[in-house]
Amino acid sequence: MKILVCISRTPDTTAKISFIDQNQKFNPDGVQWIINPYDEWYALVRAIELKEKDPSTIIHLINIGNNENEAIIRKALALGGDEAIRIESNSDDPFFIAQQIASVAKDGYDLVLTGKETIDHNGSAIGGMIAELLDFNYISLATKLDIENGSAVVGREADGGEEKIIAPFPLVISCQKGMAEARIPNMRGIMAARTKPLKVMDAVQSESFTSINGFDLPPAKAGVKLIPADTPELLVKLLREEAKAI
Amino acid sequence: MSVIIIAELSEKKIKKQSLEAISYGVAIANQLGTDAIALVMGESDEILSSIGKYGLKKVIHQKQIGTMLSDNKLATKFIAEICNQYQAAAVVFSNSLLGKAVAPRLSVKLRAGLVTGAVKLPDTTNGFNVRKSVFSGKAFADVNIKTPIKIISLNANAFEIIQQSEAPAELIESSIEIGTSTLNIIETKKNEGSVSLADADRVVSGGRGLKGPENWGMIEELAQALGAATACSRPVADSNWRPHHEHVGQTGVAISPNLYIAVGISGAIQHLAGVNRSKTIVVINSDPEAPFFKAADYGIVGDAFQVMPKIIEAVKNLG
Repeated sequence: MKILVCISRTPDTTAKISFIDQNQKFNPDGVQWIINPYDEWYALVRAIELKEKDPSTIIHLINIGNNENEAIIRKALALGGDEAIRIESNSDDPFFIAQQIASVAKDGYDLVLTGKETIDHNGSAIGGMIAELLDFNYISLATKLDIENGSAVVGREADGGEEKIIAPFPLVISCQKGMAEARIPNMRGIMAARTKPLKVMDAVQSESFTSINGFDLPPAKAGVKLIPADTPELLVKLLREEAKAI
Repeated sequence: MSVIIIAELSEKKIKKQSLEAISYGVAIANQLGTDAIALVMGESDEILSSIGKYGLKKVIHQKQIGTMLSDNKLATKFIAEICNQYQAAAVVFSNSLLGKAVAPRLSVKLRAGLVTGAVKLPDTTNGFNVRKSVFSGKAFADVNIKTPIKIISLNANAFEIIQQSEAPAELIESSIEIGTSTLNIIETKKNEGSVSLADADRVVSGGRGLKGPENWGMIEELAQALGAATACSRPVADSNWRPHHEHVGQTGVAISPNLYIAVGISGAIQHLAGVNRSKTIVVINSDPEAPFFKAADYGIVGDAFQVMPKIIEAVKNLG
């Protein structure tokens, strides 16, 4: 089993979001960068668990970005990836990025794992695009993944419930909560990660379908209207007459 | 040319989120000077031509869907065929489970730029620019789609449902052959609870401040009185007080209902990331320093056990 895990670099979940250059660029000042939590906690950790069950499993990591991303790639290697590939590009077009991953994934991978979305762009687009580019099946928003008798057994969120699916390989899966529990790299992993291969490749030629013109922050909330605790029924009146929410 | 809107069914009825997508698609058709067409997949017991009242010219109904709704490869092939047949200039999905599964594939197949999680009508004064939610609701990005065909998925509660006229739409029964799937769906399970969290217009949510699962009666009672779904914070799901599918927040479900009532939730930044797109936020917490009050529209600093029964009673008296 050869697994390709897609990892993206995102600001920490508690990072203050602001923009610079006339709202054209994210302000990286004082921001801590992390592996996108969905990619790390669910996709990567589940891949590592599958390798623990079957040590012949090979886990490769792929990241699209510049050399600032190498810290989070080393962390992913410390958690348990075998090798990593970084494709040099600063594109934020999902189609361009999916093309880059597909150009690697086509070479003998059985399984491509992504997080359900990144916490910065909230796109939820890369997995489906890779699958279409390679004509693979795609299971989105998976909550469980096992390998039994040469097939993937996948649980996924469905309308108002869950579905359990048996799928042949090759396969692309986007992963979310339920798949695995977050881990912390141990010292042995951190030491080993230093010497694991990290290959840097140029981007393949690709079109971009979209570009980001700029960013904006939502208008500040007017401030909370406090209702005295001894007259909570006033809340219901305000929700009906003022907020028109009920 | 046309704008195709993917309208989803739940219990054989068009979903509210799809009516929003229809209204949004009709508005885009007006911008582009073309017709809006809804595509309905599956058996419906609605009079489908009647959804013409939202401004649709045509409704295409494909009754035989096979396992297309669970196999995005088949759904993509089918939708692409319809898009080609009706020369789609734009395709509108809801940013739903189906939208997330199919829209990215369709983007590749039609070589059409995709924006997911749109919150506003496109700005077409200079190109085709779509505002979408980013950084888990903490910001917006304006994204330019450069391809001739555009694909957009619309966030829940981001666009109002607008009735245009009483004119029925032309109903076209489609019977395109759906291929066979290589996926084998061996089990389908429905979650308990009457209102699904993702589709809910109102949500009542409880946190650690409620002290234990035995105190969830009041959350359920208020939810029932409001026709709302129930939800919880992460520590509550992690302690197994409530099922994991009820967990809203950064790592759980992200929701954007019209009304979100948080009881005994302090409002950690990761929780806010999952709920900050809600239209009206109410926070009930005994700690006046709870960070959630800063993100709330209405708040009560008080003991939930004292306050909630009175709120439930007042809601029941609304009639």
